[in-house]
Amino acid sequence: MNPIFKHGPSPQHRLVLVLFCSSLLIFFDHKMNSFESVRGYLQSMVSPLQYIATTPKRTIDWAVENLVTRRKLIEDNQQYKTNELRYQEQLMQLNILKQENDRLRLLLASPVRADAKKMVAEILSVDSDPYSHQVVINRGANDGVFEGQVVIDDRGIVGQVLHVGTISSRILLITDVTHAVPVRISRNGIRLIASGTGTIERLTLNHVPHSFDIRSGDLLVTSGLGGKYPEGYPVAKVTVVLQDESRPFAQVQSEPVAQINRLRYLLLLWPEQPTKIFSSKEDLAAVKENSNAGS
Amino acid sequence: MLARNGIVIIFILLVALMATIMPLPLSVDAFRPDWVLVALLYWCLALPSRVNVITAWVMGLLLDILLGSVLGVHAAAMALSVFIIAGNFQKIRNFSVWQQALIVGVVSALYHLLVFWFQRLLTDIVFLPSYLYPVLSTIILWPWAFLLLRKIRRHFKIS
Repeated sequence: MNPIFKHGPSPQHRLVLVLFCSSLLIFFDHKMNSFESVRGYLQSMVSPLQYIATTPKRTIDWAVENLVTRRKLIEDNQQYKTNELRYQEQLMQLNILKQENDRLRLLLASPVRADAKKMVAEILSVDSDPYSHQVVINRGANDGVFEGQVVIDDRGIVGQVLHVGTISSRILLITDVTHAVPVRISRNGIRLIASGTGTIERLTLNHVPHSFDIRSGDLLVTSGLGGKYPEGYPVAKVTVVLQDESRPFAQVQSEPVAQINRLRYLLLLWPEQPTKIFSSKEDLAAVKENSNAGS
Repeated sequence: MLARNGIVIIFILLVALMATIMPLPLSVDAFRPDWVLVALLYWCLALPSRVNVITAWVMGLLLDILLGSVLGVHAAAMALSVFIIAGNFQKIRNFSVWQQALIVGVVSALYHLLVFWFQRLLTDIVFLPSYLYPVLSTIILWPWAFLLLRKIRRHFKIS
């Protein structure tokens, strides 16, 4: 039955009401950041939807993983074996270098770097919103994920954790317009800031003077400044350097090293111990203990 | 809302939400139709007394949470777009499906532009023509969605 005379408020009143609510939400969410904690709860509330929505993709992934030929498996296995051999060899070198580096740092009275805790996470969903670059992963507060945590893939920096839910959390990618990473050129150590452009395969470097020694092909690694990202992880490769003297700054574009558009497994990093400016006796003791254990 | 098989309406809106966040390859993703808007517009044309601006706002808010955008952006855009259709539902109902598809296309373009303008106010994004690709797929989707949803509505006798 359709009532001829409508009950309740008229559409105009409803519209005014919801627009008012919207503007309040936008103001408090964007300007005051009052929804940071509520977002976590909201995220946990909708995560069942996300799990159901990714079911088809996970089924296909599962099928692809399970339906492979024996020959393919053998080939893969052989490749992994040779890879492992190579990595083991590099690891041996790395251990020696690390010990040496720790000792040298102690001599220089610089803080010793500790190994960070790591955890593998899988992508649950990628946002279809073209205005922001975010992904959702299957780790949340239950796994100890926290806001601002650094996320990498097997090649380089991917982004940082934006909101934490109970069983899932949201990651802001480095290509998002609102995101920037402090980097340095690994060739000569010049410090720069790489900010996202909203395009998946481009980061732009702001305020680069014409006098800087920067070429296309340079690798940009995190500089560790700002305290968010640990030092030394690859971020991007410089692709274009336009040095137009009529502009105040050189225009430099770079391409993320991480494969942002085909992410699947990610690695969450837990920060190292809070670093002190000078090394302490405990550090010295720890390094000695490590080297004793190693030898 | 739940009386007279109203649960079906909610179910279809939830399915539309899931279709919106379902992972797709990047090339197809640019053409993802506005599932939620299409579902809302159909119910708003068919049963304006049950699905109205408030429903649209709630769905937009859910979309905001799912997409991680600033809360209220999609909600406001969705409410405004549905308001236009809700004000003229008696005229639009009498149009043929293809004419309706064009109107839905215009509303969908308005929706995307509204979202873009809100985002533009908040962050400094730039306009790319690809932001309007979903309008095309929404126009193509409308007739099929319309026929399917009408069948569902008649089958479950939702009124």
